[in-house]
Parts: sequence; C-alpha cells; structure tokens
Amino acid sequence: MAGLAYDVAHLLAGTTLLMSFALLYQRRLSAVVKVFAIQGLVIALAAAWQAHVQAATHLYLTAAIAFGLKTVVIPVALNRIIRRLGIHRTIETALGIAPTMLAGVALVALTILLVLPIAAGSALLTREIIAIALAVVLLGLLMMITRRNAVTQVIGFMSLENGLILAAVGVQGMPLVVEMSVAFSVLVAFLIFGVFFFQIRERFDSLELHYLEDVRDRGP
Amino acid sequence: MLTGLALADLGFLVLAGLGLAAIRLGARATAIVCLGSTILCAANAAMALAALWTPAAEQLRLPIGFALGWTVLALDPLSAYFLLVVNLVGAIVSLYAVAHEHGEAQPARRLVPFQLFLFGLNLVPLAADAFSFLVAWEFMSLASWALILARPDDPAARRAAQIYLVMAVAGALALLVAFGLMAGGLDRYDFAALRAQRAGSLVVFVLVLFGAGSKAGLVPLHAWLPLAHPAAPSHVSALMSGAMTKIALYAVIRLVFDLNGQPAWWWGGILLVLGAGTALVGVLFALIERDMKTALAWSTIENIGIIAGALGLSLAFAGSGLAALAGLALTAALVHALNHALFKSLSFMGAGAVLHATGSRDLEQLGGLGRVMPQTGWVFLVAALALAALPPLNGFAGEWLLFQALIGGIALPSPMLKFILPVVAGAFALTAALAAAAACRLYGIAFLGRPRSPAAAAAHEVAPAMRLAMAVAAGLCLLFGLFPAAVAGLAGPAVVQMLGPPAAPVVALPFASLVAGNTAYVATALALAGLALAAIVLMAAGRLSPMPARRAPAWDCGFPDIRPATQYTAASLTQPLRRVFGRTAFVARESVAMPEPGDMAPARHTLAVADRLWQGIYLRIDQGIELVATQAARLQQLTIRGHLMLMFAALVILLAAVVVSR
Repeated sequence: MAGLAYDVAHLLAGTTLLMSFALLYQRRLSAVVKVFAIQGLVIALAAAWQAHVQAATHLYLTAAIAFGLKTVVIPVALNRIIRRLGIHRTIETALGIAPTMLAGVALVALTILLVLPIAAGSALLTREIIAIALAVVLLGLLMMITRRNAVTQVIGFMSLENGLILAAVGVQGMPLVVEMSVAFSVLVAFLIFGVFFFQIRERFDSLELHYLEDVRDRGP
Repeated sequence: MLTGLALADLGFLVLAGLGLAAIRLGARATAIVCLGSTILCAANAAMALAALWTPAAEQLRLPIGFALGWTVLALDPLSAYFLLVVNLVGAIVSLYAVAHEHGEAQPARRLVPFQLFLFGLNLVPLAADAFSFLVAWEFMSLASWALILARPDDPAARRAAQIYLVMAVAGALALLVAFGLMAGGLDRYDFAALRAQRAGSLVVFVLVLFGAGSKAGLVPLHAWLPLAHPAAPSHVSALMSGAMTKIALYAVIRLVFDLNGQPAWWWGGILLVLGAGTALVGVLFALIERDMKTALAWSTIENIGIIAGALGLSLAFAGSGLAALAGLALTAALVHALNHALFKSLSFMGAGAVLHATGSRDLEQLGGLGRVMPQTGWVFLVAALALAALPPLNGFAGEWLLFQALIGGIALPSPMLKFILPVVAGAFALTAALAAAAACRLYGIAFLGRPRSPAAAAAHEVAPAMRLAMAVAAGLCLLFGLFPAAVAGLAGPAVVQMLGPPAAPVVALPFASLVAGNTAYVATALALAGLALAAIVLMAAGRLSPMPARRAPAWDCGFPDIRPATQYTAASLTQPLRRVFGRTAFVARESVAMPEPGDMAPARHTLAVADRLWQGIYLRIDQGIELVATQAARLQQLTIRGHLMLMFAALVILLAAVVVSR
C-alpha cells in the first residue's frame, strides 16, 4: 500500500509539473485556460489522494475547494472575460517558447538539486513532492515574467498558488487554515485582477501591459 | 578627583542653560557666562594637573546611562593629560570669548553651543565605555557643527558645515563599527572589558584611523578642516584647532595603543607615512593660502601630521620591541599635542584680533598692523615663532623629540621601515623648513610693511580681555618652550601607562633639559646663550663701529614709490615655492592675459589653485554616488514585468547559491 500511495502521489505531482510546462508552450489564450483547469483538476485529485492516504478528512475539503475554484469557477470566469472583452486570443511572448522551456527545465534541475539533499532526512513520501512543488512555483513565476498579457500573468500567479497547495497537502499534519487562506487569496487575487482587467480595458481597449507603462513614463 | 571633574563637566551644561537665560539679559550676562566657563576650565585643568602629579586610576560607575543603563567614567594619566590640554585651551579661549562676544549679533548662536562643545570635549577623555564615548564624541561634533553655522547667511559657512557634518557622521560610524568589532561577542562595552579582549584587529585599526583621523584632519580625510575652521568664529576655531583635533588624537591613542591590543609593527609604518604626507600637504597649502585663518587651518593639518607621524613611529617601535624608543616617540607626540594646542589657539586668537580690528582675514588687505596694534603684534610674533618651530619656543621641543626618535630608527629590525625612515625624516625636515617660511609669511605680510588697505591702516588695538587671553597663551608658550622637560614630565605617566615602565621619557631636571640618547636639548641654556649673543652683537655693533649710528629711509631698490602695492604680497613671497611644488602638490594654474598692443587695459595675472586630493578623491566619490543614484533611480522606472524579473532573478540566484555552497 505504501508503494502504491507513493507512486500515485508522485504521478499526480508529476502531472502538475507537466501541466506547468504545458502552460508555458500554449499559443492561444483559451488553451492556456484549459490547461490551467486541468492543472486544477490534478491538484484536486492530489489533495484527495493525500486525504485518502493520510486518512485526513479535512483534505477532502481542500480537494473540493481546489476543484470548485480552479477547475470550474476560475476557468469559466476567465473564459467569459476573454469572450466579453473580445481580446485576440494569441499570446505575446517576451521570451520565445523554446528558450522558456529550456529555462523551465533548468529551474526544475535547480529545485531538485536544492531540495533533495535538504529533505534527505524527511519521509520519503514528501521530499520529491516538495521538489516538484517548488518547481511548479518557479515555473509559475517564469510564466509571469515571460508573457506579456495580463490574463496569462494571472494564470501564472494562480499556477504558482497550485504549487503551494501541492506542497501543503503533501506534508502531513498541515492544518486546514493554510489551505483555506491559500484558496481565499487565490479568489481575492482573481477578483482584483478581474476588476483590474475591466479598468484597463475601459481605458486602453487592450490588455497589453505596456500601455500602462507608457502612462507611468509620462510621470505624474 | 574624578568626581570633581565629572561635576565640573556637568557645570558646562548648567552654563549652557544659563547662556540661554543670559541672552535675554544682554551683553554683561553673556560675558559672565563666558567667564564662568573660564573658571570651570581652569578648575578642570588644575584637577587634571593634580591627577598627573599623583598618577592613579580612578573609576566611577554611574547608574544613569545612554543605552545600557549605566555609564563608566574613568580617570587615568592619558585622559588626565588630554583633559589638561583641552582645559588649558578652553580657559584661555573662554576668556577671549568674554570680549569677543561683546557687541556681536546673535550671541545665542555661539554662546550655548560653545558650552556644549566644552562639555563634549571634557567628556570624551573621561568616558570609559563605548556608548558614553560615542555620545560624547557626537556631542562634540554636533556642537562644533552648530558653531560653524554661527553665521548661516554665509554660503561658505553653510558649505563648510555640510561637508563637516557628512565627514563627522562617517567618522563616528567608523568608530561605532570599530567598537563593535572590538567587543566581538561580548555584550559589555566598558573599556576594561574591551581591554581584556585585546582583539588586535587590523580592521579596527583602519576604522579608527578613518574615524578619528577624519576628525583630526589626517590627509586625505582633511577636506572639512580648511573650510570649517575659518568659517567658525575665531575663538571657536581656536578651540577646534587646539582642542578638538587633540581629542581626535586621544581617540587614536586610546583605541590603538590601549584597547585594541598588541599592534603589528607595520601598522605604525602606515601611520608614519600618512603623517608625513599630511604634514607636507598641510604646510604646502599653508604656504600659498591668502586667507589668514585658512592658512592657520592648513598649518593645523601639518602639525597633526607631525603628531600622527610620531604616533606611527611609536607603534612601529613598540611592535618591534624597542620600548625606550617607542616611549620617546610617544612623548614627542604628546608634548607636541600640548604645545600645538597652545600656540595654534594663540595664532587663531591673533587672527581673530586682526579680523576684529580690520574686518578682513585676507592677507593681501593687511599689512603694517604691528604699529597700530603693537601688543597683538608681539603675541602673534610669539605664535609665529612657535609655528616656525624655533627654539626656545614650545613648537620646537616636540619636533626635536620626533627627530631624535627618527634618528633612533636605525635600531629597527625591519628593512622595510629602515628604507622608509630616511624618506619620512626628509619629509619632516622639509615640512619644518616650509613651516618656518609659512609662519614668516603670515607674520611678515600681516604685521610688517605698510598697510595694503584703508581698513588695515585704521586698525585699532582689541579689547583688554582678548589681549589678556592672548598674553596668557603667549606666556605659556614661552614657559613651556623654556622648560620642555616639564611638559615631557607631564606626559610621562601617560607614556608609561601606554607602553610600560621602560618607556619612561628621559628628563634631566637640573636644567630642565630633554635627553634622548647621547643628545640633549637645554632650552634655558640655549635661550640664555641666544640672548647673550644678541647682546654682544648689539654692543659690538655700537662700540666697535667707527661710524656713529644714523637713521635713514629703508632702501627701496631705487624706486621711491610710496604706493603699498609695490611691497611683496602674500602670493609673491612664496611664488618660487609655489612654482616648485605647483605641478605635483597642487593643481596651480597661472595665466597672464596680455592686452593687444595699443590697448590701454592692464595685463591680468590670474592664479588658480586647487586641492588635488579634493578633485581626486572627494569629487570622484561624489560623482560615484551620483552615478549609483541615477542608476538606482532607473530601477524605479522598470516595468511590472521588470520588477517581477528582478525578484525572480534574486530568488533563483539565492537558490543557486544554496546549491553551490553546499
């Protein structure tokens, strides 16, 4: 049973990481949202599996929150925003797809080099998961800095949060408070960014951030 | 004794409070406050003298404190010696201030900070823990900063005050870090604990040199001094130059000799070379500066260089195990510190009297003052002779001791130092000669010849209290010059305290002479011989000459021109020296603008002198800060993505550093 628990947890964490990479190479905004929804689903599954393995019922709640918010509510809302704004659905990259992927691979290597020796003493179950979670966080950050569009930046931010949840559920005895706060912060961020989009849209007819930068360059 | 000194020090705070009240009451009350600080300083000096007479270490642990809840005060021979220096100058200068303050506008700007300044100056030598030391140090810095700003309308004073403040803050920061490093893991900051630690750290030494050296005016940290000393009122310049720079040297001795532990011999080499450079730079600028007080400020830098050189030599000897020679060099430093404090404050008071009488500090506007203010002229002559380090005045004794120590330097084991010593000795010898030229120029241009301006011709003698203060200072200069052994004897306990009994200075009391090795300096005999020789020459000239004496006009090179502009000017007197050193020492540019033939306009000779160190170091630092600030301001203009990228890069670099470092 221990072997199976380990393998399944690993599979789910690995899938999360795979989805992070998938987020990096999408060329269409709607595809990004879809991949993000899949990642949310995987996170929910990972949380549920941990709940089952650790016999910690509160993690089912975490799984439900993750599923509800990240797989259903946020992707639907983002799709609606994209449709209502009618923004063109291509993604403008600051760094090309291939270099981004290479940078992502390098980041994963860095996290594995970093975490595996540090967590050597801890339970076998958690240490690879922590490495993968850190990689997901860093890939989320990478997505935020290599994509110009505000929507992709929001998705990068929330993918970063997915990494945090992955780490939180992987460690035994993490109280529910943490996950709740993470989930709510995602929601808050989502609301803020939603308002933000409309504001930008109203002002500039676009979601490209460089319009904002032009405004600031002009000074107060 | 310590209790008395501490109480007297508190008296300055009371006087500062009284000063606030006295300003309302008018000139008489301010004079009484100044007189009060004279009495307090004199009492302090007497107590310091008594403490030197029967050397003992006293300690007082007060339950009030700045940061730790307690304050440790201590009195040992070293602090007693420097208290004597500070209070001798303080008493004389306060007496001078009695009259100097009279009729000046806005007395509040000087009266209160002056008492606070004296408080700080007295507290630094007494402080025996790092906190009270630094607080007293800052008290001293800030009070003198306020005094430099006594005339805030003057843009030069504002600039000087700003530069001074920046350097004072940087210096205090260096001292703070030095104390922290010395304390190490201890959380005890009293000097006894630091002494027991005996860190012996080079970093501490460098920090102390920076912190205290910037206060003392050690080149290249001297930039504030030639600006600030002239900007302050004259009695304050006297106190800053005479007392505050000495307190800075006290900090060097206390921290390097006493607290930091056994130094390596080559640290002394660093200080020695720095001192020689300081002396040379100081005297060269003193030679060409036309502002009287600025020239005196440069001369202060020169003397600080001499004292610092002696301290460095002492460190080198002590590090090489030559205790007697180390004692000789340290005695030289201490003796010269006291003597310089006296004659430099006398010179500044003299310059203040000239400024008071003529309204000008510019040498090119002065001249012939010896006839209209004869008493000031005589005391300034004493000061000039001491500045020139001529025996039997007190400027000579310390330099003589230094040269004896330099000659004794052949005993040093290190070939490196043996190589440096002749060069340094040459630099000091050059300094001494140039200092004589600078003193001669100061006195000659201002007090001899004919007045160069109507103001100088209409000058009058200054108030009696000012003359009295100058006369006391001049008398002490003569006294200490004639009995240098007495000064060396006063320094003796401090030298023994720092370097141990074998370092006691050799003093032969019968003729009050100084003895070093096989040589001796007997000032009294020298003075008597000089007087006798002068008398013989005078008599011989009168008796043996076949022609009777006759009075005639001075020879005027065949140009009987009555205009004073035909005299030597301050600039032309030292023009040859300026040309010799112009390229290397200062960026001196001379240009002559000749009018076209037929044009009746006069030809113009312009001279521009700049401090190479100011351009080379300070302006560079300024530009560097400007550059960094502009670049840093660009960070503010980054895009949102740019900010995220910085954060991301920082995170990745830190993570990578963890990976690599493991």
